[in-house]
Amino acid sequence: MSENVWILGIHMTPFGKHADKDVLDLASEAALAAMKDANVTMKDIQILGYGNLMGGTQGQSLQKNIGQTGIPVFNVSNACATGATALRAGVMAIKAGEADYALAVGVEKLSGAGLLTGNTAGAMPENWTPKGRQGAIMPLDGYIGTTGMAGLFAQIGLAYNDSDPRADFELFARIAEKSHSHSTLNPNAAYQKAMSLEQIMGDPMISYPHTRSMCSANCDGAAAAVLVSETKLRTLPLEQQRRAVKVSASIIATDPWTPGNQELADVNTVTKNASQAAYEQAGIGPEDLDLAELHDCFAAAELVHYDNLGLCAPGNAIDFFNTGATWRTGKMPVNVSGGLMSKGHPIAATGIANVWEVATHLRGEAGPRQIEGAKVGLAHVIGLGSTAGVHILEKSGL
Amino acid sequence: MSIPIVDYLVLEPKPHLVAQECTACKAKVFGRHNACPACFNESFAEYEVPTTGILKTFTIVQFAAKGIPVPYTTGIVNCGGMDVAANITGVEAIPENITRGMEVQLATFPLGKDAGGVEAIGFGFEPV
Ligand SMILES: [Zn+2]
Repeated sequence: MSENVWILGIHMTPFGKHADKDVLDLASEAALAAMKDANVTMKDIQILGYGNLMGGTQGQSLQKNIGQTGIPVFNVSNACATGATALRAGVMAIKAGEADYALAVGVEKLSGAGLLTGNTAGAMPENWTPKGRQGAIMPLDGYIGTTGMAGLFAQIGLAYNDSDPRADFELFARIAEKSHSHSTLNPNAAYQKAMSLEQIMGDPMISYPHTRSMCSANCDGAAAAVLVSETKLRTLPLEQQRRAVKVSASIIATDPWTPGNQELADVNTVTKNASQAAYEQAGIGPEDLDLAELHDCFAAAELVHYDNLGLCAPGNAIDFFNTGATWRTGKMPVNVSGGLMSKGHPIAATGIANVWEVATHLRGEAGPRQIEGAKVGLAHVIGLGSTAGVHILEKSGL
Repeated sequence: MSIPIVDYLVLEPKPHLVAQECTACKAKVFGRHNACPACFNESFAEYEVPTTGILKTFTIVQFAAKGIPVPYTTGIVNCGGMDVAANITGVEAIPENITRGMEVQLATFPLGKDAGGVEAIGFGFEPV
């Protein structure tokens, strides 16, 4: 049987604007704080998983800044699932028996970067010449579909459950209202202001039905985790064992062929596959979860993932949300951090930051936003392309 | 002289879209593939996509990169079982005009001439 894996230390920097820090400052801050939390140093770390999608730095850049020990580095790139993939690299190394300690780091500096994608149009050529696998004579963004993520996820949301007409602008705006309300309790969130439904629906439209406050916020931030094998953990002081959080499932899945998924990304099947595999690996069902942090890169995405993660009965996400279940006071609190829409979405950091949020509740250290008595939680991310990452975490029984 | 925006838009004798259909499992995709993403078979036949369909889902893009005319509607049209990503044209891009489930048909239009005077032809789907 392969080794169980635990989180021994974990840290998330505040998300937002860090004008005085560069990418390596943020990555170092998260990595050093996670190691301090775990009571280890770079000398103990045997493998590093590192993600910095937009900034161009490598794990080796981080090592040169905080400790060059010659360990293997896995520089990973999986769009918005990059952080979860870095974590997964560490989990695999420990499960394989190749390491007792792993460090995973995700970092991004995106303040002022505009939208996630679709900010720059390709140049119109002087002569029409077919290029590429579809013989395109010009950049296609805006002429055949959109590369803007707000528009992609709008289509995904409006297609929910055979294009249920109740999945509409106001419903999605009410989901964003919940996120912005939750963020008021999170001092690490980039935006911590509650917003009324009127404010959200009256915000500038980015891609109908997503207004600006229904879109994830580009910002700066980093998150890092120190993973440890269960064998090693049992040699550590009891207090460390008590604060350690079990990684009961660690899954990365890609989108399998489904008809039409090369025309519009099928984030549903990949998330369903990843969550089913995670529940099976953990021996835990969605009914056992005390909280979930899911990838609400846009308001419409949150709706479909209630269903994809099995948080509600199949096809029932709209009624499920309407009962108030996913508010922090409901029976299945979702994105009590404020989610990507208000906490912010520094792309490669997100997949570890979601895990930090869940782990912090399981440790009972979430302060005013603590979900009381939380024992089990789930963290989910989607990277377009597509990749789903699902981690299920459990509080130590000690 | 005219040229289609992508090679899967065929202009003659009447404008239509041509997909690549796997000869083994009948999976359909647009553009050149080296093997079938569903069954890994390495041969494809051309499949003529029906020119009418049902709009499954959409978005109205209000904010795009500089140079891209906004607003515009884009979505997924199911044409006889095959999903096609395309803009919705021939109707003002406001939510009141667009309904999931509405019937649409293929339409083509000029997109401009290049330095040599060749006209680019784009496509979209417009309400029937
Ligand atoms: Zn096939």
